[in-house]
Amino acid sequence: MVNAVPVAAGLFTWPSDEPSLIGSRCRTCGTTTFPAQGSCPRCCGEDMEQRELSRRGTLWSYTVQGFQPKEPYAGPEEFVPYGVGYVELPNDVIVESRLTVADPEQLEIGMPMELVIETFRREPDGTDVVTFAFAPSGTGGAS
Amino acid sequence: MSGPDVAIVGIGIHPFGRHARSGREQAVVATRAALADAGITFADAQFAFGGSHSAGDADALVSELGLTGLPFVNVYNGCATGGSALTMADRTIRSGAYDLGLAIGFDKHPRGAFNTDPAEVGLGAWYGETGLMLTTQFFALKIQRYQQEHGISAGTLARVAAKAFRNGSLNPNAWRRDPLTEEQILGSAMISHPLTQYMFCSPGEGAVALVLCRADLAHRYADQPVYLRAATLCSRRFGSFEVFSPWLAIDRADSPSVEAATLAFEQAGLEPADVDVAQVQDTESGAEVMHMAETGLCKHGEQEALIQSGATEIGGSLPINTDGGCLANGEPIGASGLRQVYENVLQLRGAAGDRQVPGTPRTAFTHVYGAPGISACTVLTT
Repeated sequence: MVNAVPVAAGLFTWPSDEPSLIGSRCRTCGTTTFPAQGSCPRCCGEDMEQRELSRRGTLWSYTVQGFQPKEPYAGPEEFVPYGVGYVELPNDVIVESRLTVADPEQLEIGMPMELVIETFRREPDGTDVVTFAFAPSGTGGAS
Repeated sequence: MSGPDVAIVGIGIHPFGRHARSGREQAVVATRAALADAGITFADAQFAFGGSHSAGDADALVSELGLTGLPFVNVYNGCATGGSALTMADRTIRSGAYDLGLAIGFDKHPRGAFNTDPAEVGLGAWYGETGLMLTTQFFALKIQRYQQEHGISAGTLARVAAKAFRNGSLNPNAWRRDPLTEEQILGSAMISHPLTQYMFCSPGEGAVALVLCRADLAHRYADQPVYLRAATLCSRRFGSFEVFSPWLAIDRADSPSVEAATLAFEQAGLEPADVDVAQVQDTESGAEVMHMAETGLCKHGEQEALIQSGATEIGGSLPINTDGGCLANGEPIGASGLRQVYENVLQLRGAAGDRQVPGTPRTAFTHVYGAPGISACTVLTT
């Protein structure tokens, strides 16, 4: 992924051999948010620090997007169903993410998952737009 | 329980579905029907609250209904627009400011509506670009986990939808009036696992208007007034699981539906067990299942046996969504909350025709829920 640009700045560390999601933690009450934000929705405080989140967690829930979404979706022209889930990062936060697996038979609540960066679409100039996803552990994710 | 403060003395509806008429025209039809039902004219209305999400400003209806100078407040509160209008009308009468007024909800959405711009709800463009900005996914993710935690089968999700279309076939104002079998529902296109096409409602059109008045004046306008014992509205608290959430807190909290329902029963001085007929938000089959427990009508996990045994059918012990709900009526955002109240007033009057709940129902409950995490409930009695 030489010509790879992230879908948005500040979502995950990139480029990186071990990319992580970038969240924020409230210095007052300890709440973690993703993405990072400037204030805390739990205690209304404004003293937040950025931090990298765990690259591993467990699947909290999942579904599969079965049809091509309308705008603002900006995926590849040829639609391929994709998994969507919430992954619980231990004792921290539950993050929503695309999943590398789109077969519900291969997904199970509680299964271990790990973060990957995947190509989401290719621009006409050959640049890959990458985003984060979670993969079942041991299938090519965080090592 | 104190005596009733507010009564509903007029109800009007424009059929739900897809129509050549504008949303505003549908609202005028519903409002005139409600005024006629109460035996009054628009000039008698002392105030109005109303709204739509996508069909224009409710207060502009006065150019059709009459320029009478009444205070007319626009409500723009997502899926709780109708519920919010009713709640505000209720408060206005309870406060003593006015004796007689209107709550109006209407909408008109094209096929495939509800593709929201992330910026409108404070999210980055990436969330929409990468295909996470879909309400259908939220409902699927919520019921998927709920099914595992509370033992709800796919067959039960299909049974909820089959009931909706069967009830819709008995409702002349419903959009979807053809019954579907559970096999047809389970076999339709998988939209967002575990939810299939016919388990989801569709964006639609429709309008409902209600005439409310001080309870002690109700017999001037209605032979069978129905009393609004409670109308509540709650937004989400930290830790509830809502649509368009890039993250959730590990410490889970109850949904706003739990709080709005609890408050409504407290205010009414009644218990969920007193409810004879209920309309709950059924954006999709799973929502009806989960909302049954969130509103206290049953315990978590009891839905499987209740639904499979037919308890939630019109002739069952806990009839739910007797007019076909959102599944059969579609979802015109501004109108759905008031459609539920319209149906309950019909049921309490004994005027629901082919879909009348048997045995003289006396207490009815409504629950509307929507983005970005708002819930409105009512308790009605005869």
